[in-house]
Amino acid sequence: MAVLGTSIRRREDPALITGKGRYTDDFSSPTMLHAAIVRSPYAHARLGAIDTSAAAAAPGVVGVFTAKDVEAAGLPGMVPVGWLLPDLKVVAHPILAIDTVRHVGDGVAVVVAEDRYQARDAAELVDVEYEPFDAVTDPAGATAEGAPLVHADAPSNVAFDFELGDSESTEAGFASATQVTEIELRNQRLIPHAIEPRATIADYDSSTGKLTVRMTTQNPHVHRLLMVLASLGLPEHKIRVIAPEVGGGFGSKIHHYADEAIVAMCSMQLGRPVKWIATRGETNLTDAHGRDHVTKAAIALDADHKIVGLRVDTYATMGAYLSTFAPSVPTFLYATLMSGQYDIPAIHCHVVGTFTHTTPVDAYRGAGRPEATFVVERLMEEAAKEAGLDPTELRRKNFVQPDQFPYQTQVALEYDSGNYEPALDRALEMVGYDDFRSQQSARRAGGGKQLGIGFSTYIEACGLAPSAVAGSLGAQAGLWESAEVRVNPTGTVTVYTGSSAHGQGHHTTFSQIVAEKLGIDVDAVEVIHGDTDAVQFGMGTYGSRSAAVGGSAIWLSVDKIIEKGRRIAAHLLEAAVEDVEFADGQFGVKGAPDKSLGLADVSLQAYLAHNYPADLEPGLVATTFYDPANFTYPFGAHIAIVEVDTETGEVELVRYVACDDVGNVINPMIVDGQLHGGLAQGIGQALWEGAVYDDSGQLLTGSLMDYAMPRAHRLVNFELDRTTTPCPHNPLGVKGVGEAGAIASPPAVVNAVVDALSPYGIRNIDMPLTPEKVWRAIAAANGEGSE
Amino acid sequence: MKHTVRMEVNGTSVEKDVEPRTLLVHFLREELGLTGTNVGCETTLCGACTVLIDGKSVKSCTQLALQADSMSVTTIEGMATNGELHPLQQSFWDHHGLQCGYCTPGMIMASAGLLSQNPDASEEEIREGLKGNLCRCTGYQNIVKAVKSAAESM
Repeated sequence: MAVLGTSIRRREDPALITGKGRYTDDFSSPTMLHAAIVRSPYAHARLGAIDTSAAAAAPGVVGVFTAKDVEAAGLPGMVPVGWLLPDLKVVAHPILAIDTVRHVGDGVAVVVAEDRYQARDAAELVDVEYEPFDAVTDPAGATAEGAPLVHADAPSNVAFDFELGDSESTEAGFASATQVTEIELRNQRLIPHAIEPRATIADYDSSTGKLTVRMTTQNPHVHRLLMVLASLGLPEHKIRVIAPEVGGGFGSKIHHYADEAIVAMCSMQLGRPVKWIATRGETNLTDAHGRDHVTKAAIALDADHKIVGLRVDTYATMGAYLSTFAPSVPTFLYATLMSGQYDIPAIHCHVVGTFTHTTPVDAYRGAGRPEATFVVERLMEEAAKEAGLDPTELRRKNFVQPDQFPYQTQVALEYDSGNYEPALDRALEMVGYDDFRSQQSARRAGGGKQLGIGFSTYIEACGLAPSAVAGSLGAQAGLWESAEVRVNPTGTVTVYTGSSAHGQGHHTTFSQIVAEKLGIDVDAVEVIHGDTDAVQFGMGTYGSRSAAVGGSAIWLSVDKIIEKGRRIAAHLLEAAVEDVEFADGQFGVKGAPDKSLGLADVSLQAYLAHNYPADLEPGLVATTFYDPANFTYPFGAHIAIVEVDTETGEVELVRYVACDDVGNVINPMIVDGQLHGGLAQGIGQALWEGAVYDDSGQLLTGSLMDYAMPRAHRLVNFELDRTTTPCPHNPLGVKGVGEAGAIASPPAVVNAVVDALSPYGIRNIDMPLTPEKVWRAIAAANGEGSE
Repeated sequence: MKHTVRMEVNGTSVEKDVEPRTLLVHFLREELGLTGTNVGCETTLCGACTVLIDGKSVKSCTQLALQADSMSVTTIEGMATNGELHPLQQSFWDHHGLQCGYCTPGMIMASAGLLSQNPDASEEEIREGLKGNLCRCTGYQNIVKAVKSAAESM
């Protein structure tokens, strides 16, 4: 029965399409209280007296707490950082601000009341004295002399100064070059905007000393660990973190925020369950943002148009504090991707991480890899133009060739596999490239709306691993994944995975893995995740790791089940273990086709242990902690076609074609869905989205009126195909797909717009490519001035 | 002071005393326990809270419960009949029109409102008709496909 590789419908959907899916806010109890967090309206201010008396006296209010109460409660009260770089300036991040607020939205107090309306009303009554100061919001400007300091102990607002690659060989490459193409890029700040706002319900039972936290998390065990170590200090076995249904994450629900610790403290103080649900306004101000890079980069070509050097200088802001994995994002998840799909002999990447008076920045779909891909693919586009080459030709000349794998890049990664030209060939065929260029020429001759085509031949590194390497790079966590597979006495299977889903369809795909290997129906498999009391330790869902790492752990556990099953079957069938084979759900004996047992026969005996091998423990359970040998390296070729109205500056996405190689595919429907979502986010970044601060540190895009999310009428049907180059080092041969769309698409779209405008000599427009920016660029090119 | 509100919700008459400022979505979720309707933005901008009021799709996060007095409200819980999924629910399932599922109840209700006004909606009309509902997971492609397919089967 082949179920692996088929588009079965999702097993999680019947609950979600009928309103029975239960997200955090859907849980309530008669004694539940509601919290509202009082947040700083200033980006940078000294915190004076906080008068909570009016709030405390308001109807329904049962508690008001500030930093003093955190201290009095004896909690460590700190939000930790989970990735350390050499010389990283680790700054204090109290769960409620002490003395100073550092971004709009920094929490200063919490009000708890009988209902959520009362809590919010009373939050308005908390009287906080602020002495506002100047703020700094620009990633590069933060290091300027005289810039306001975010943390007194971080001189020049520098969080870290990071280098990867070799500057000497890179400079030598540039010195030998016949063409050097330079570019300045702004990779704008984004807000993840999962549609479900972050939420926490904390319930402390003083009789047992146990805290139950139901919350929006992509990694419940990691959240628990960070609460133990830094914010709450309770013993690890006395905290239970549960992720119920989680309404999207995109990175933003990886991190340990102050809020869940604040809510836990409230429950510990008041002895009742406390619920906190972020408003969309709080989501804007406090969900960790993404990107926000300012970059100068250059690429050097020799006379044959081979790349001889790549140089990147980036300022990346961390925001006001170091969010959980923030330091890894613009460093080891960014600089390591600078070789793209290309054989580049010398690379140097320098990144300065800065503090600014802004919301902390951390992993957002792609996390460092979209930023790197944007640099590399924009450079390739501009270098091709400067060399007078077709953009596909320059790429082909520089692709790492199939016989070069495993390919050691100059930026630490060793690509295990790849075959780049077939994906590009297929994408070009799908788009009808030659035909397109003739249409484009006709438009150019005719004037009016101009057509442009843009390419992005991207690579990504997914499933960050192995743990020892991650540790050597600063990770304060292992990056394996766990799976326990239990065959129940009657032959059905329950899987416990540390990979906690929030929309990816783990229940379905993980069931497919088990069903395929054990020859049982997918409906005979239950997948349990997202509960630290139910599941052995696990690392969670992010970085496109679930199938490659979590799925492989399940695969290996099933292998162990089959091995043990063979021994039990051999005993029951009175055969030698080496003669027992497992296929199609049956344990059979070589050369004796009439002798066989089903999985349920064997599992029943495993639990009865009445007629059982003397040297074997009862039970049919296997656990695996799988630590991969390497990252996985999905790749592909993406092509965007846009139409630009040169009168209004409006950009319309006309077609989007992609050929991706994500290795083997467990469920094509789900894989395509992951690509669709990633593409929408990447196209959203290219054309519409952007978080904007004014000079005083106010977020101007603080609502969905101002932050332009992709909506149905602005997008097209994506045209997708695949090549298949299996990952050579995991048993499933899968590579990961969750982030590919968001990584590949921004440069494809921007390259397309710049291509459309190339007759104007326009080389770059910073994202998002709003009509205003495009119009101004055209006006400037026409010598009309931009005002 | 509380006011009495009466309405029909998913075919059942309900009567409750509510504070005048109670939002319809909170009334449905907290007074009636119909938690299938989700809150995404509280500002009418994301559509997660969409329900039908007298057959028209309305964002329940910016309606007071009292505004729906004596009206008929349908939520996602009222879409399936006698255990049989509504064609839109079935189609969202068949076409992978959801991932995390949070926007889905609102998306299905908005689609139901759209198709009741325009049963033969074209792809372009579906995209226009759903522009008030945000989905961050699917890129809308399979949602549009699901609505188109449901329209054909209804």
